[in-house]
Formats: sequence, structure tokens, C-alpha cells
Amino acid sequence: MAELKGLAGARERWVSTGGIELCVAELGDPTRPTVVLVHGYPDSKEVWSQVAERLADRFHVVLYDVRGHGRSTAPTPLRGGFTLEKLTDDFLAVADAVSPDEPVHLVGHDWGSVQSWEFATVRRTEGRIASFTSMSGPSLDHFGHWIKKRMARPTPRRVGQLLGQGAKSWYVYMLHTPVLPELAWRGPLGKRWPKILERMEKVPAGDYPTPSLPSDAAHGAWLYRDNVRARLSRPRADAYAHVPVQLVLPLGDIFLSERLYDELELWAPGLVRRTLPAKHWVPRTRPDQLSAWISEFVLANEEREAGVPAQRTKATGKHAERFGGQLVLVTGAGSGIGRATAFAFAEAGARVVAVDRDTESAARTAEMAQLIGAPQAWAETVDVADEQAMEKLAEKVAAEYGIVDVLVNNAGIGLSGSFFDTTPEDWKKVLDVNLWGVIHGCRLFGKQMAERGQGGHIVNTASAAAFQPSKALPAYSTSKAAVLMLSECLRAELAGQGIGVSAICPGLVNTNITATARFAGVDAEEEKRRQKKSSRLYGLRNYPPEKVADAILTAVVRNQAVVPVTPEARGAHLMSRFTPKALRAVARLEPPL
Amino acid sequence: MTPAVVRELSAELRGFREVQSLAYECAEAVAAQLKPGVTEREAARMQREWLRERGVRDWFHLPFAWFGDRTAFAGFRIPLQFFPTNRKLEAGMPFILDMAPVYKGCTADIGYSGSLGPNPVQDKLLADLEAHRELIVREVRERRSLREIYEDVDRLMVRQGYANRHRAYPFGVIAHKVDRVKERRISPTLFGFGTQSLKGLASDAVHGHRDGWSPLWSPYKFSDHPPQPGLWAVEPHLGFRGTGAKFEEILVVTDSKDPEQSAFWLDDDLPHVRRWAEGI
Repeated sequence: MAELKGLAGARERWVSTGGIELCVAELGDPTRPTVVLVHGYPDSKEVWSQVAERLADRFHVVLYDVRGHGRSTAPTPLRGGFTLEKLTDDFLAVADAVSPDEPVHLVGHDWGSVQSWEFATVRRTEGRIASFTSMSGPSLDHFGHWIKKRMARPTPRRVGQLLGQGAKSWYVYMLHTPVLPELAWRGPLGKRWPKILERMEKVPAGDYPTPSLPSDAAHGAWLYRDNVRARLSRPRADAYAHVPVQLVLPLGDIFLSERLYDELELWAPGLVRRTLPAKHWVPRTRPDQLSAWISEFVLANEEREAGVPAQRTKATGKHAERFGGQLVLVTGAGSGIGRATAFAFAEAGARVVAVDRDTESAARTAEMAQLIGAPQAWAETVDVADEQAMEKLAEKVAAEYGIVDVLVNNAGIGLSGSFFDTTPEDWKKVLDVNLWGVIHGCRLFGKQMAERGQGGHIVNTASAAAFQPSKALPAYSTSKAAVLMLSECLRAELAGQGIGVSAICPGLVNTNITATARFAGVDAEEEKRRQKKSSRLYGLRNYPPEKVADAILTAVVRNQAVVPVTPEARGAHLMSRFTPKALRAVARLEPPL
Repeated sequence: MTPAVVRELSAELRGFREVQSLAYECAEAVAAQLKPGVTEREAARMQREWLRERGVRDWFHLPFAWFGDRTAFAGFRIPLQFFPTNRKLEAGMPFILDMAPVYKGCTADIGYSGSLGPNPVQDKLLADLEAHRELIVREVRERRSLREIYEDVDRLMVRQGYANRHRAYPFGVIAHKVDRVKERRISPTLFGFGTQSLKGLASDAVHGHRDGWSPLWSPYKFSDHPPQPGLWAVEPHLGFRGTGAKFEEILVVTDSKDPEQSAFWLDDDLPHVRRWAEGI
């Protein structure tokens, strides 16, 4: 079937309701829990094709073209044919047809979410919906109350929020002009829309949007005209959700402000929040992440209904809504900053791959990570300097655990001593781990991320020594400066693909890097003494690796480029920009060892 | 762990053991009464009253209670933060009860860790404390310097993935000496510490200073000496992301030549030891 392109293997049926014929597609085993995907504007059900495909092996997936869109017929006359009440009739008809006995799990994007909010808050759907996942589409009633509240007591912040959302809603005003939008969509806009989506929204080119776009968009204008003014001026006072709600919030949405959802917990108790660094069309740009979150939410609610007690430790970390369920790989995760970072991600609910050359400590990290909230955690024994081992690791991770969402290239070793005492072997060793380890990580896992095309983040642990020269650390500083520059270059290259790169410059942190550091040009006994002495000094400084881990998570959330962490690192970073001479004077000092 | 050695304890040691097990009994009794909504202050008062009813009149220090992330001393900067607060206990929260009663002139100093309902993280911490109890007595028998043992405990904690939280105690001590205390009619306390005990500790500190040892077992230079015979209240305290666990009990150090006799735990019949034996 040509029309079902992108929905391979879908079974098609027609549901009639109030004189309209709705085109419904089904995938997956009908005995499984039913998930109904509702599309937005200007879209048709094919917007969900990639998500549906990923959900089909676990659920009974149902998609339908909203009236007037895709292959469903349009009401006549159009005016008054798109009210939320009629859309609710459509939904109930579809739900009754595909899952007459069991309630369905509802997922809506954009206008699909706007109408789903209506379904999830009106009385007559009670018992027909098991859960609701909303993305990029607020309830018009909640929106109306949001505006009223801000108009009633316009503090500067509230006025700012009103103006911000007001500016983002420009297209809503346009759609209220008569005839012109239809002409534009059926004319030049409809022709150019795929290119606009590709350029502005980074929606991958391909078989979407479908050829029905001009008429979808022209009919769909009545969604706005029939509902927006009516609901925003007289929002329902009882728009409380009677089902569990999960909100997926794309942070880069140019049509909707995140502030709209600030008080959503009042309307939807027990709301589960997720945030995603992406633009508006997440069903096209982030299908992996969406299907993972939808599956998790649906299964959790199915289990709750069945009376199965929650088995997993609840992730309580600060950034749980951002990292929940994501796959994070940390190298050097057996100790110090790497271990603390793995734990911080675990606390945020991420799945963790702990890589270290020491098997036992990597296993320990993985074990503890599961105790504090990681749904899954694995340990891998790999020396990051070993190219072949890293290649094998990348293959294994992709095959068994999935594509890495956040990569933390953290493994590193210390080397101190004068330049002339540093042997070529010393150089090779420190560059192999500190620089080549990062290169291999970026090359292999970064490539997987880029090929998947659904964003991601790379964190490289550089050092304050990357901009603070020192006569005691020539090789170490060189390796770290290289990591810093590599991160900056890679950041530029990957920016267009939604992959962020951050360089972390910790400074003096109390980890065992001092106890294992090599001191060039001294005998074994003196090396031991210096290791002990430097460990004690770092111990006195006592800056905990946990704080560096927090800085790493924040850097990923905010997509920061260079993050000096300790006060001395921040000071050195400032000095390197404004008073480099002073920094060079510091470089000449003998460290107190 | 070492097999329970049946020892002929001197009458004096028996006194110490009696008060230590009394204190642990108190901890278990109070822990059994804890329920959601109980505050740290109330838990501390329950311990105080339980022990007063059983004849305790003086304290090395008054009972402490820490709930939730206060078990890991999260954000502790000044010693006043050790004192019980109005924090309420909630389901699943870890707690630590710490008390040091003086009974018939003998001092005990104990720490009891538990949680209100299951807490897998604290269970793990408690299980991992076993290795520390073994390490400490083994290295004391080897007559290693206290500072070195401290650093070894530190290293073990780091390997296990934990933070050293006894570092937060005054002087960062992992242990301190306890001794007999004279029974007086009144027993005033100063910042929660019994004045008689403080006097004993101060006099130890003065004498020790002359002879090159200290009654405080710390990571600093003044602890760079072999274990001094006497009774040491040892309290390794592990912290892991807002959850803490410790035990505290008396280690007897003697000047015997026999390694087994040169250092041993005063009592092996304690809640945390029983817990390890049962393999929980």
C-alpha cells in the first residue's frame, strides 16, 4: 500500500463516527497492551512511523489520521467540525474498535497532545484510558488558566512569561486569518514545507511529510479556529487528569515555552517529567528516546494496574527527568571522578556502562550504581589506550546495550617531573591514555552517536593543567591541553547534529590519581614518598570528586563548552585569559613536594 | 572474622562489656520504637531516658541521633550540627543512634545504624563495614602506626567507593580512648560531653603528649605512633551519597606479646557482628 509507506506491515481498518471515516493503522500483537498514537498539526499518522516501529514488538500500536488529515475524511462544513468534543468522539470510536475491553495508553504530540489532554480530563472517557504521554501540546484549558493567572497579577516575571509565549504563538494568530493560510499551504508553503522542516527543525529528509500535507494543513487550520479562542477565554475549571500523565518536554521547542508546564502538577497529580534537548518534531528526530520512555511508562502503569509492586529503586537525582533511561558510558569509572560521575548518572536513573582497566573496581562501580537508581549497569574491563580493545568495546556496547547517549572520556593518568627527566616511554604512556584514550572514545562512540542522528553528548575530562602551564607537569599538561582543543574542535564539528561536547577542567581534586602518578627522574623510593606527599596535600585540599561529577551533569544539561570546576581552576582559567603573564610566573614555581 | 575467643576477662573489662551491651540494648530498643514522624531530638531523648531508667547517671557524650542524609553528615561544617535536630524520620530513611553512657564508672561508646523499612544502600554499607572491623584489629596486632592504619582504612573505603565520614568528627578521629570515670554526685556536661570524661581525655592528652602518643586516633602527625594499650572506642563511618553507616565499639589493646591477646574486640556479641554472622 503506497499510503502506508513508512508503516510497513501495518493492518488498516476504517472506523466511522459521526459521518466521518477515520483511517486507522495497527501494528503488533493485539493481545498486548494497546498504545494509541495521536498526531499533531500539520501532520498525519505517518509522523509516528519510527516510534510505532520501535513499539510494535512490545505493544499493540494503533495510529489514526485525525479527521480532515491523511486519508480520513473531513467534516462538512469545516467550520465547527473540529471541536474538541467531536475529536473526543473520534478517539472513543477508535478505542472501542481496537481495544473494546481494555483501556488504552494514549500518546499525543502537538495537537494530538492538545486533544489528548481533553480526552484525559473529561468524564466520559474515564475507564477507557490507562495512561497518557504528552509532548509539545498543552491542554487549552490549562493554557487558559495559565494566561488568566498571569494577567490577574502581572509581576515582571509573569509579564515576561506572557510575552515570551505570546511571541512563540505567532503562527496561531496567522492561522486565525481567513482563507490566506489555506492558500499558502496549498501553494508555495506546502511545497517548501519539507525543506523548511529539514533546515529549521532538523527533521531528517525521507518519506515524511506525506503528499497529503497541503490538505492536512489547510483542514487543520480549523483545529485552531474552532477551539483556541473558545477555550482560552473560557477554560474549564475541572480539567484534572483522571489518568497518570508523563510529560515529555523538548527544551528547544520554538512554539511552546517550558514555563507553560510550571504548575502542571496541580492538574495532573503524580506527573512524570522528562526533558529532551531537541526541537518540536521529536517523533521524527528522537524516536529511540521517545519509544523508550513510552515503553517504560506504559509498562510501569500496566504493572501497577496488575498489582505488581514497583521493583526498581526510584531515581532521585537532580537531573532524573533529563537522564532517566539514557545510556551513559564512563571510562576510568573504577575510581575518583569517573566513579563519582557514574554514580551521579545512576542516581539520575541512567543506564551505566562502567569502563576501567581494573575489573574489580569497574564491577564494584556497576554494582553500586544499580543500588542507587541505575535500572541497569554493566562493568567492562578495557584499557582505553588499546585501540583494538576499544573497538571491540564499541561493537559490544552497540550490540548489547545500545547507542550511547552520553559518553564520558574520563580515564587519565598523572605524570610529573622535569621535561628532561621525562623519557620517550613516559611520554608515550601518558599520551596513550590521556589523549589517545579520548580520541578512541570520541572516534568510536561519537561516530555511533552521529550515525544514529538522534543527538547525544560527549564529555572529555581535561584538566586545569590544560591552561595552567607548570614546569612540574610538562607531559601531563600537554596531553590535557590537547584534550581541551580536541573537545573544542569536535564541538564545532558535531554542533549541527545535536551532539554537544564539553571539556571539564577539574583542578586539584582528592582522588587516587596522585597515589598512582608517575614521578619522572626519581628512584622508586622517592617516587613513593612523593606520591604519598602529594596524596596528603590533595587530601588536605579535600575537594570531593562528587562535586566534579555534579559539574559534569550540569555541563551536559546546559551543553557547556569548557567547565573549570574548583575555585583554583576557575581562577587559572580567568588568568589565562586576562593575565597570562602572572600565570606564567606561577608555572615557574617548584611544587611543594 | 575472628572466632569468638573465650577469654577470662578481668573484672574491669567485664564492667566495660556490661555497659557496652547495655548501650547496644538501648539502641535496639529505641530503634524498634522509631516510626515515621519521630524527630532526632525525640530519638535522642528516648535513648537518654531508657538509660537513665537503668541507672546511667554520667555520659562520655549525650546520645546523638542522625536521620536521612545527616547519617552521612551531608553539609556538616561546624560541630554544632552533630546535635539532634527536628528532622523527622520517614519511611526508608537510614538512621544512626550514637551514645556513650557511663555506668558504674565504666564508659561505653557505641554507634548503631539502621533504617526505617528496607534500605538496600545502607544494608550494603553495613555489610562492607565487616572488612573494616577485621582490618583494624589485624593492623593493630601488627603494631602499625595509628596514622598508617587510618590511611589503610581510608584506602579500603575509597576502593569500596565510599567517602570517609569519620573525618567530620572533631579532629577527624576514627577512634578515641575511653577509660574509667570517677562517679560524682553531679555530672555536668559541656557541649554534650561529660566533664569527667573530658577531664580524663585531657589528662591522657597531656601525658601522651610528653610520651609521644595521643588519645585521639586521627590522620595527623600526632597519631603517628603504635597503638597505646588501653580501651579504644573505634568508629569507622562510611558515607555514600546521602546514606551513612557506622559501628562503634571498644577495642582492647594490651601490651601482651601474644598477637591474639595484644588486641581484641571487647565483645563479639553485638548487633552488627551478629548480622554479618547471619549473612544478611
